[in-house]
Amino acid sequence: MSRISACFQQLDEANKVALIPFVTAGDPSRDITVPLMHQMVEAGANMIELGVPFSDPMADGPTIQRASERALQNNISIHDVLAMVQEFRQQDSTTPVILMGYLNPIEVMGYQEFADAAATAGVDGVLTVDMPPEEAQGLLDALKPHEIDPILLLAPTSTEDRIKSVSEVANGFIYYVSMKGITGGSNIVLSEVSAKVAEIRRSTRLPIGIGFGIKDPESAQTMAQVGDAVIVGSVLVNIIESLIDTPDKIGDEITRLLGSMRQAMDLI
Amino acid sequence: MPTDEQIDFSEMPDSYGHFGPYGGVFVAETLMEPLTELREAYETYMQDEQFLAELDADLQNYVGRPSPIYHCERWSRELGGAQIYLKREDLNHTGAHKVNNTIGQALLAKRMGKNRIIAETGAGQHGVATATVAARLGLECVVYMGEVDIKRQEANVYRMRLLGAEVVSVESGSKTLKDALNEAMRDWVTNIDDTFYIIGTVAGPHPYPAMVRDFQAIIGREAREQIREQAGILPDALVACVGGGSNAIGLFYPFLQDKEVAIYGVEAAGDGLETGHHAAPLCAGKPGVLHGNRTYLMEDKNGQIIETHSISAGLDYPGVGPEHSWLKDIGRVTYDAITDDEALEAFHTLTRVEGIIPALESSHALAYAAKLAPTMQSDQIILVNLSGRGDKDIHTVAAREGIKI
Repeated sequence: MSRISACFQQLDEANKVALIPFVTAGDPSRDITVPLMHQMVEAGANMIELGVPFSDPMADGPTIQRASERALQNNISIHDVLAMVQEFRQQDSTTPVILMGYLNPIEVMGYQEFADAAATAGVDGVLTVDMPPEEAQGLLDALKPHEIDPILLLAPTSTEDRIKSVSEVANGFIYYVSMKGITGGSNIVLSEVSAKVAEIRRSTRLPIGIGFGIKDPESAQTMAQVGDAVIVGSVLVNIIESLIDTPDKIGDEITRLLGSMRQAMDLI
Repeated sequence: MPTDEQIDFSEMPDSYGHFGPYGGVFVAETLMEPLTELREAYETYMQDEQFLAELDADLQNYVGRPSPIYHCERWSRELGGAQIYLKREDLNHTGAHKVNNTIGQALLAKRMGKNRIIAETGAGQHGVATATVAARLGLECVVYMGEVDIKRQEANVYRMRLLGAEVVSVESGSKTLKDALNEAMRDWVTNIDDTFYIIGTVAGPHPYPAMVRDFQAIIGREAREQIREQAGILPDALVACVGGGSNAIGLFYPFLQDKEVAIYGVEAAGDGLETGHHAAPLCAGKPGVLHGNRTYLMEDKNGQIIETHSISAGLDYPGVGPEHSWLKDIGRVTYDAITDDEALEAFHTLTRVEGIIPALESSHALAYAAKLAPTMQSDQIILVNLSGRGDKDIHTVAAREGIKI
C-alpha cells in the first residue's frame, strides 16, 4: 500500500480528515523548506504538497506565481526539489509528500528519469496541473512501477464521463478544485462543492481532497465536512510573502494557522 | 515516420489535436469540458452553410477580401533572380492577417451565446483585431497585454480603448506576451460560463491550433488561385514569418500537398541565434509543454521558459504552433531565422523600392526572400506573405536609428 493510501486509512480509522498544506519549494529561500515541512507536520499536517516552481504557472493566482518567481530567483530546479524531499525523508519516513507543479520540468527531465529519481527521493504522489488523463499515459507508465500515485484534478465543470475517466487513472486521492478559477480565489460555495463531491463519490472509492479558496479555520472546517482532505496553499504562501524580511517568523506563523485549522477540523 | 506521399495533411490533427507528437490538450481540468464544447461548436458551424455564408460576407465586405497578390517587379529585378510576389494581408481592415481569425472566432462566440470576449496580445495587432470585431458585434471585450508591451505599443493600446475594449496590464513574469496569455487563461477559467477566449495564433490547446489555421487558410486558398491566374503556375517557393505561426500556416496549409512547392518559415533571430537573444524555438529550441500544447519552446535545461528577444513584438514569443513543430520534424517546411538587422534592411528596401511599408514581422519573411531570390532562376516564383503593414512600427524603427518623430 502506498504511503498516501496508508495515511488515509489511518485517518479514516481515527475518523479524521487530512490536512494538506502546500508551499513552494525554495520560497523564500533554499534552506527554509525542509525545516518548514517538519514544522508543518508537527502542527498537524498529515501530508505535504510541495510546489515545483515553474515560470508560467497558468492555473495559479498571483500569490503562488510570485512564490514560483522567488524560488526561481533562488535557482530552484526540479533536482533541488527532489533533494529536499530526500532530506525530509531522513527524519520522517511516514508523512506522504506530493509534488505539485506543471508538466514541462518533468517533460524536459524525461518521464523515466524523473520517476526513478522521485522514487529514490521518497516522493509519494505527483500532481501535474496541466496534464489531464488524455495526455497522461507516458508519465503514468513511468510512475506505476514505483508505486508513486498520480494525483489528478476534477473540477466543477467535469462531466460524468470525465469523472469516470479521471477516476480510472487516478490513485491515492482525487483533488477536487472547489471553484471555477485559480488558486487563491474566493468564491467557494459549500452547497455546490457538496453536490459535486457526492457525484464524484458515485464513480470512485478514492478519497477526495478539496482545494482552492480555503483560507481560515472556518473554511477548513466546512470543507472537512465534505472531503477526506483539505488542501491549503495560497494563505500559507501569503504568510511567507508577508514575512520575507523576517524569515525566522515564517515557521511560527504557519504553524499557528495550521494548528488552528487542525483544531477546527477535529471538532466535526 | 511516414513519407510525404503517405501524409494527408487535411487529416491533421487527430481527434485529440495531435500533430504527430505535438499539440494536444495540456490544461487544468476546469478547462477540459469548455474546450470540448468549443471543439464541438466549431466542428458543427464549419459545416453550417448559414455560418459560412455570414463569415464569407464579413470577410468580403468588412475585411476587404480577397486581398490581392502583387508582383514586385522592381525589387525582383534588383535582386536578380526569382520573381517575388506578395500576398497583401497588410491591406486588410486593421492592417494585418489577424482579423481573418478574430472575425471567425467572434461569430462562433455569438453562436455559442458568449457575450464576453477576452484575448491576449503582444504587439497589439491581435488585440486591435479582437476589439474591432467585438465593437462591431456589440460584445464586451477585455484584452490582456504585458506591461512592457503596453509601453512599447502605446498607439495600439489607445486604439483598443477607442474601440471600447478594456486593456488590462499584466505585471507578472516577464510582463510580455506569454504572461498575457497566462493571464487570459486565468480569466477564462474563472469566467468560463459567459466568456469566449479568442486566441490569436495557431498555438494553445486543441482545437485552437486547428481552428485558427482553418480561419487563416483563406490566405493560401486565395493566393493559390491568384498566382495561377496571374503567372499561370504554382509558386516555386512560399515564405512567411513565424512567431506563433498563424499567418504562415494560413499561407502554407493549402499548398502542403503540392510537393513541388518549397516552403520556408522564418523565425526571429534577434541579435543572432548564437547570442541566445532571439525568438526562434524551431531553429534553436527544444520540445516541451506550454500554454496547452506540446511544441518547440525556448526553455532552459530545467524546463523553465526563457525570455525571448526580437525587434518585432509580434514574433517575440517563446513557443510556436504545434503544426509547425510537426512540419519541421517531417521535413515538409524548412525553418530558418533572420536577425533584427536583416529584417530592418528589408523593411527599408521594400519601402523605398516598392512603396510598401511592411510590418517588422513580415520584414523577416522579406529578408529571407531577398536571400533566396538570387539563388533561383528569373522564371521562378517566390510568394511571400506580407502579413501586416508597418505603420505601427515606425516609432520602433525611428528610435532604433536614433531619429525622434
